Amino acid sequence: MANPTKKETPITMDVFTAGLWKENPVFVMMLGLCPVLAVTNSVENSLAMGLASIFVLVCSNALVSALRNFIPKQVRITTYIIIIATFVTLVDYIIQAISLDLYNKLGAFIQLIVVNCLILGRAEAYASKNSFGKSVISSLGMGLGFTLALVMLGGVRELLGAGQFLGYQVFSTNFQPWVVMILPPGGFIVLGSWLLLINYIEQRKTGKLIAEDLASHCSVNQH
Amino acid sequence: MTDSPKNNPKELPALPSSFSLVSTLGVVAMISGLLVVLVYEYTKPIIAENQRLATERAIFKVLPQASSRLTFKVSQESIKLVDDKTKGELIYAGYDRHDELVGVALNAAGQGYQDIVKLLYGYVPATGCITGYDVLKSTETPGFGTKITTDAAFLANFDCLEATVDQEQNGLINVIKTVRHGTKKNPWEIDAISGSTITSNAVGRMFNQSGQKLHPLIAGHLSLLQSAKSLKRDSHGQPN
Repeated sequence: MANPTKKETPITMDVFTAGLWKENPVFVMMLGLCPVLAVTNSVENSLAMGLASIFVLVCSNALVSALRNFIPKQVRITTYIIIIATFVTLVDYIIQAISLDLYNKLGAFIQLIVVNCLILGRAEAYASKNSFGKSVISSLGMGLGFTLALVMLGGVRELLGAGQFLGYQVFSTNFQPWVVMILPPGGFIVLGSWLLLINYIEQRKTGKLIAEDLASHCSVNQH
Repeated sequence: MTDSPKNNPKELPALPSSFSLVSTLGVVAMISGLLVVLVYEYTKPIIAENQRLATERAIFKVLPQASSRLTFKVSQESIKLVDDKTKGELIYAGYDRHDELVGVALNAAGQGYQDIVKLLYGYVPATGCITGYDVLKSTETPGFGTKITTDAAFLANFDCLEATVDQEQNGLINVIKTVRHGTKKNPWEIDAISGSTITSNAVGRMFNQSGQKLHPLIAGHLSLLQSAKSLKRDSHGQPN
């Protein structure tokens, strides 16, 4: 149970933005990679999976946070799983009601959100220790970060694998699609490429900061 | 993770009572059940309507000449006119504007590369031909297995795939089978898609399985299927 005497830190913009980029669940924390690799063969599938995950993440974290002072530690994981499974069942019915085609495309991956470690991880590491508002804001940021990563993968895979974006033809008919991109190996290739690019940019940024720091130190010493 | 008393063995955390554990799980399970029931009840008619629309769309896609349809339930040796809400193995007879039977839409399913592939296909008893299909459910590999819906050469197999019933009405005269790409010789053979053999074979297998079972039954009850529409219209007193 959360310690009631512990002082809550205020809700800042960082609580929301951390999940978007700095602590992105896919590119930084490497969580929930199973759906990331499996359903990102098109932007539509990526968006649908991302929105379904946001719904489950926000609702389950909100409920976990609201009940955090009443859930004994001994049964907390069981309780979190019941809560997450409930919202996954709801999202399963809702997607069937919105579009059967989409439901058939996503296959078993909607039900498998139950075992997405991102959602249980956030419930255990964040929602069970923080206030309702902070948990909702943070999980919204995390969910959007997860969706952003899915769309970044789905966009590249659909573009190269089918010459389309969101179902619209981008390349001319002369373009020979790279079928491998919409197959499972394509998921690994694109995820690896994004990680390479993001880490390269991050390292350059860090290197630049260190160089600037060193330069300022040198100039101070010279004076 | 449980609290470890190793740092300070004198301060053991008080264990909650069993009642507290059971009641917590009970309350959470009740909230969960309530939410699931509420959403299920709300979405049930919408999902049923979506499924009805999907079936309707598929029927008129595989029987493009049809302007109306009737649903029949198939049991061991009989075919019975039923409404759309009936559960069980259903077939759909399509009729033109003059209430003439133009064909029957039948379900077929078989193991593909990834999972079960489900189809609805059009069968014209008058000619003994399978004339096309619509994929109801498939999780086949994009770019390979999904070619069964896009490959023009493969779809050309179903301009008239022979599925004629034998004289004794025990099964098909010829077994429908998928043959290697470019080796089709007979009208009951399906020319496979190169690079998508498993899904092509699945299509051949499911048509043969469904045809061997349902086509003789349809042949045996053809007069019922042909007259059902006009009988229904007469019983409702609709004008000609």
